[in-house]
This record gives sequence, C-alpha cells and structure tokens, in this order.
Amino acid sequence: MQQDDDVLREFLIESRENLDQLDRELVALEGEPHSQSLLSSVFRTIHTIKGTAGFFDFKKLEAVAHVGETLLSRMRDGTIALDANRTTALLAMVDAIRSLLLQVEQSGGEGKGHYGAVIEALSLLADDATAEAGARHLAEARPNIGRSQRPNRAASIGPAAKSVRAAASVGSQPLSVEAAQRSAPPVQVTPPPVLHVEEAASSGGAKAATEEARTHSDSRIRVDVGLLDRLMNLVGELVLARNQLVQHAGGSGDTALVATCQRLNLITSELQEGVMKTRMQPIDNVWSKFPRVVRDLSRACGKQVTLEMDGKSTELDKTIIETISDPLTHLVRNAIDHGIETPAQRGAAGKRPTGTLRLRAFHEGGRVNIEIADDGRGIDPDRVRAKAVERGLISAERVRAMSAQETINLIFLPGFSTAAQVTNVSGRGVGMDVVRSNVEKIGGSVEIDNRPGQGTSIRIRIPLTLAIIPALVVAAGGERFAIPQVNLVELVRFDAEQARSAIERIHGVPVFRLRGNLLALVELSRALRLPRREQDDLNIVVVQADDRQFGLLVDSINDTEEIVVKPLARELKGLNVYAGATIMGDGRIALILDVMGLAESSQVSASQQRGAAKDGAAQSAKDFERLILFRTSAGARMALPLDSVARLEEFPRSKVERIGNEEVVQYRGEILPLIHLSQTFGGPRAENDPLQVVVHSDARGSVGFVVETIDDIVEDTIATRRQGGRPGVLGSVVVQGRVTELLDANAVRASAAGRF
Amino acid sequence: MSEAAQFCTFCVDDLLFGVDVTRVQEVIRFQEMTRVPLAPRVVRGLINLRGQIVMAVDLRERLGLPPRPDDELPMNVVLRGLDGSVSLLVDSIGDVIDVNDDAFEVPPSTMLAAHRQVIDAVCKLPNRLLLVLDPERALLVGSDAQPAPSEGRSLQ
Repeated sequence: MQQDDDVLREFLIESRENLDQLDRELVALEGEPHSQSLLSSVFRTIHTIKGTAGFFDFKKLEAVAHVGETLLSRMRDGTIALDANRTTALLAMVDAIRSLLLQVEQSGGEGKGHYGAVIEALSLLADDATAEAGARHLAEARPNIGRSQRPNRAASIGPAAKSVRAAASVGSQPLSVEAAQRSAPPVQVTPPPVLHVEEAASSGGAKAATEEARTHSDSRIRVDVGLLDRLMNLVGELVLARNQLVQHAGGSGDTALVATCQRLNLITSELQEGVMKTRMQPIDNVWSKFPRVVRDLSRACGKQVTLEMDGKSTELDKTIIETISDPLTHLVRNAIDHGIETPAQRGAAGKRPTGTLRLRAFHEGGRVNIEIADDGRGIDPDRVRAKAVERGLISAERVRAMSAQETINLIFLPGFSTAAQVTNVSGRGVGMDVVRSNVEKIGGSVEIDNRPGQGTSIRIRIPLTLAIIPALVVAAGGERFAIPQVNLVELVRFDAEQARSAIERIHGVPVFRLRGNLLALVELSRALRLPRREQDDLNIVVVQADDRQFGLLVDSINDTEEIVVKPLARELKGLNVYAGATIMGDGRIALILDVMGLAESSQVSASQQRGAAKDGAAQSAKDFERLILFRTSAGARMALPLDSVARLEEFPRSKVERIGNEEVVQYRGEILPLIHLSQTFGGPRAENDPLQVVVHSDARGSVGFVVETIDDIVEDTIATRRQGGRPGVLGSVVVQGRVTELLDANAVRASAAGRF
Repeated sequence: MSEAAQFCTFCVDDLLFGVDVTRVQEVIRFQEMTRVPLAPRVVRGLINLRGQIVMAVDLRERLGLPPRPDDELPMNVVLRGLDGSVSLLVDSIGDVIDVNDDAFEVPPSTMLAAHRQVIDAVCKLPNRLLLVLDPERALLVGSDAQPAPSEGRSLQ
C-alpha cells in the first residue's frame, strides 16, 4: 500500500511538472505552429499523462487527456492546423487535468467535477469543419466544470483498480504492458474497454519515448525539501563543532591535530557552500508560468504583448523564490492590465501595436535584481493623486505638495488600487502594498521608474539567500543580538569624555546629532525592557528601516558574522521586534532584531506617514520638515525649525545671572542671553525650575529662548501654512493635526535686542 | 483486558503530571537558555537542541505555581509540536508508566481554573494521582492563556 502511494505521489509530482511544461510549450507552439519537435513534445507529455492515468484507473483524467491526444495526433499528421481556438481548448484541457490532479491529491479520488464540455469541445475541434462550433462549446464548457451531471462510476471499478495496484507492487516494472493487460478485463464498466488495453499497452511505449527524450533528467534526482533543511541544520551544527575543535586544537600544540583540523575546516566550509547551493533554484521556476499568464491575459484584455525574459538561470534561494512568486505575478498582470495599451491606443501614440513586457534578472553587489519593464503608457501621476485622495488615503493639500516620484509611490499605500474596472485580472487581493511588504519581508526593496507615455519599470532587489546572512552582533542588557547587515548604515562610538555631551534629551527621549541632523535614538535595553548597564562610553548603531533612520543605543558592538537564520516558534511570531534567531559560534542562541518592528514598537516612525515614502533617508530629510514643538507659559503651541536650534538645555534658576535688564547664563564658556518668550507674547513668566531653554544660533551668536515645556520633535510634511499672525510669529502650520505657530526667531531676537 | 496508554511522567511542585509518550521527543537535562525579552512570562527562553531552536515553556509559570527555588535546575521535556518542538520545563522526571483506560476520570470541577485549562484527565494510580496534560493547551503562551493569579487565589 505504501508503495502504491509512493508511485501515485511520483505521478502527481511528475504530472505537475509536465503540465507546467505543457503550458509553456503550447504557447510556444502557437507562435511557431509548424515546429514538429514542439508538437511531438506536447503530444508525448499528454500521452504520458493519459497512460499513467489509465494505469491508476482515473477515468475522467484519462478521458480528458485522450481527446486532447486525438486532437494533437491529427495536428501531427497535418490534417488540421493549430489556431488560437485550438490552443485555448488545449490550455483548457491542461487546466482540467490540473484540477483533476489536485482533486486526486487532496481526496484520493477524481471528485465530482464534470469535464464533458471540455471533452466535447476538444473532439469537435479535432474535426476541421466544426472548429468554430468547438470554440463555442468551449465557452460553455468552463462554467460546467465542478458540476456533477453524470452518476459517478468510480465505485464499480474498485476491484480493477486494486488488481492494477497489486500488479504494480509485485512487478518491478509498474508500467509493464503485461501487468496492465492482465488487469484490463475487469475494467468493463467504462466504455470502451478495448481502448484501455490499447492505452495501457501504449503507455509502456510512451514511457520509453519519454525516457529517450529526457535523458538529461537522469542526471538529476528529486529531493525532499525537508531533507535539505535538515542537512542545512546539520551543516550548521558541524560548523559549530568545527569552531570549537579548531579553538581547542590551537591551544594543544599537537601539530598533527592542528593540520587535521585545518583540513576539516576547509571541508566543512566547502560542504556548507555545497548544501547552500542545493537550495538554489533558477528564477525560471517562477517565470516559466508567465508565458501562459501573458498570453491569457493579453487575449482577455484585447492586447498584443510579447514577453521577453533575460537571465532565466539566475539562481535564488528556494524560500525567496516562493516569497516573490506572487508579487512577481501581480506585477506582470499589472503591466499588461494597466501598463500596456491596446493596439489602437498604441498606434495613436505612434508605437508598434505589439507591446513588450521585459523581465530581467541579474546579480549585482551580492543581491539579485529583478526588473519588470513594459513599454506601455506608464503611470499617470494625476490619476494616482486623484485616486489616493478619493480613497481618503491622503489629504488633497498634501498630495499637491508632492513630487512626481512621491506621487507614484502612493500606489504602495494599503488600500490603493486603480483597478476599479478590473475584477478578475489585477484585483486579486494582492495590491502593491502586499508586493512591497512581501519583498521587504525578505530584506528586499522595490523601486518604480516611471516614464509617462513610455512605460514603467519596476525593480526589485532581493538578497541571494535568507538562510545565511551577514549580521552585526551587539550586546544590550546582558544579551546578544544580531542586526542584519542590510539594515546597517553606520556605527558611532564615543568614549566616556565625549559621551556626556553627545546625547541630548528631549523630555527624557534621547536624540543625537549626526553631522548636523538630529537622529532619534532608541535604547535597545529599554525597548526590550532589559536591565540597563551603567557605562561611560557610548555605542550607537545607525540603522535604517523602510525609509526611516534611527540610532540604536547598545552596550557594546561585537563583530559582523555570517549567521544562519532560524525562524522563531509560532507562539513568538507576534513579537515584531525579532526577525528570528540564530546559533552563535559558542553554541548559544542570539535573537535577530527586526529593525522595522523595533522602529514601530519604539514609535520612531509614528509621526511619519509611511505611504508618502521616499527612496532614501537622505531624500526624506530634505522633503520633510523637522520641527521642535514647545509651549510658552501662556499655553501657546509653537514650533521652530530644528535646523536653527543648536541645543536644548535645562538651566537651574540659581545659574541665571543678570546684566542690567538682561538675564544670562554661563554656557560652555560663553555668556548666553536668555529671552523669555512670555515677555514677547505676554502671559505669566515661566515659573518652572529648571528653566527649559531652546538655544538658537545664527551669525549673531546664540541666545536661549525660555519656554514652558519642550514637547516633541516631529518630522512631517507641512500640509497647511498660513502666513502672518501676531508679531514674532511667521505664520501657522498644522503639525500632528493641530494648529501650531511658527516662531519668528529673528523678529523675537531683534525686538529683545531693542528692549535692552 | 482494557486498552492501556503510556505516559511519560514528571513532577512539578509535588504534583505528578503525565504526557502521552508518543508526543515526547526526548527528555534532556537543563540547558542554558537565551531569554526572549518582551515574550510572555511563561516563555523562559530558547535552547539550542542540536542546532534546532526550541522554545522552553515553564510549566510552573503556566500553572500559576510558585517559582522554582533558585538552586533547582529544571528538566526539559521536549514535545513534538505542530511546527517544530517545544520544551516544557519541569522539576524532575518520573517513569514511563502504563495506565489502563478505566483509571481515567474527568478533572474535578473544583480544580483551579489555570489547571483545568491544561489538564485533560486525572488518572487514579495505586498510590497517587496522575494529571494528564493536554500538550497543545499547555504550550499556549499567548497573553490570554496565562493564568490570572487573582482567579487562582479566589478559588483556593
């Protein structure tokens, strides 16, 4: 019985591959209908499926394959020619077989689906004169699949099936003609019995033919992925043991042992590399379905599209291939559905009637680039704007201030879809936001290059493998953590002397000035609620998540290492601050930090709309305005651009001295005049101790604005501005949904100077 | 003779527990653990089981029992989970015992709510009671699965 199941599983796996191949070959055949080799290959594949289906006694499967084979054999004889209708019918047959096989895989039986219409369409099309009628039939055929119209005969053929299986498990050649013939007589229920003997007999021949055609496949074997994963784990263990042994041997002084260890070292590294390679698959595994997708979709949309694929053999880790399969399909569908125009539209635009969709994959800098480029109409920024506002994803004012590239990036917002008119083509629930999140989940990025009127090019950059990644190991709160290299920007270290002045705090929230730009800091130990270690020196890991940079404050920075990523238990998946775990050289486990999750949980990016995304942090710093928010003692909410602010300080009242009318403090060897904003704007004098001071610097030197409280530093696009207002105020803006006055620092300084 | 089942037994705070022996992958001594900050309290850490990363769940914490004395190291009962293995931290390991089907009874309704959640049945052994754990529920570590200490006390 076990052996039977194995044979059946083999059949299912093999058939699935065969069907994918059929898809490809049929579409190719449509392009060159006179290619005998393609036709023979298609014929052979269907024949094999039919033969094996007969052997397993799958009647429906066999019947469907049989009519397909008949149609193909007449084509091979040259009686009829392949046209679009016949191709469509044959593809429908492939779909029918696929759904039958799925049924078999899930339930062990052929299910209740009824495929009579497909069969009829195929047999009609086999007859030259009735080709049109067949096409019509086919149109009716699809809805019928899945509805049972005839009583199921499977029950009555049970004994026959058993005898076939028995024959299979006894004989070493499961497909021997003899065995099949022996089993044939009991199969009398299904008409016509003669057919079965003939088919079973020919299936032996088919097998031989297949073998002949695919001798190259003899050099390959199919391996269970689970086995590869286990091998990978074992190699990981071996690497650990090797590390320990090498360390040990180094101290022993035994030269023979050291030499052996060195050899072991080399072999282990090679073994690791080899096992890694077994997980690599060419990207063609995903791409191979695209010719069919493109053909079906372009026909459905009434468009003409040529598909070009470059770099099919580019290899990627299996897990990555699986993750990008859906996003890629979505992008291909999008390109045909939205990108490429109809022949008429293309003609009007002065383009060739046939659009081109170009897939390109190549290695670059240790990563894989995948490009999906079309020469269609491109993305219309105005439509994107209108749609985003209509969907309520962004305010009309904000959209107006956006650059073209920013606007295009709006399509990554969740809930954005311009495919209002499309139901079954692009709108399959996979939006661009899912494309992006899937790609980012594996450490990749998506870029759009849009040329309105000329086409769109989408580039996906992904790492080669997920299993082993370079990472920086840091320590915080007595634990070790790994930060994936892709998230690293730079490392900053201060010794005890510098550390004291390097970090500034805004209400306890640490910030750090990195080359003039304020960088939010996250204390790793605090974010993870670990005990903090008091230390004098300061280690900052500047990381980037999405389009937001921030600094991670850690206790110490160790080395970069190649780490083997292992997933966390399902129960811990809810913790978004971890991307997984890894086993370190000493055999202990370290958690891998998910920088994006860490940013979210520490609310680093809370003030920034992710959707209005940029391509890089540099750009985001330019487009976003950073403001420091504070309150005057009169309760007015005000803001100053952060660029003009040198420092935020607290001075105890006891340190305030007076020079005439002026209040000053000694500050870093200088005399810093203080300006009470309450004097400028009225209201009670600030009573708090220590004084909260915003140090403003320009060419005239520094002054300190005394405020009631310093609330926040925000980074935001300024949506609404209103010029003017009371003296000392530049205007009003909306920050975090609230009206805030922009302090006119120059005017306030001038007026204060006038008073003195 | 009635059907017999085999249980791997272990002690936690003087209570005798058992898990269906077919669910137990292995029993190992205390392993050094890596803490998982921010994880629910029942998750004591991750252990390296020959290259496999296994989450360790403290059965004492899960049942709302007092913490283990510092000088006692827990044992790992590694269970095969739905995806990967999970380890239950227990005080000490007992024998694998055969229990006849007719020795089972449903847990008494007066039992602590935290215990009732995870105990499938009570087995009458000749000299003591064996509490049969439901591995799935014992390994639930979400916040909702944590026993509320106040509830436990009010029932005592």
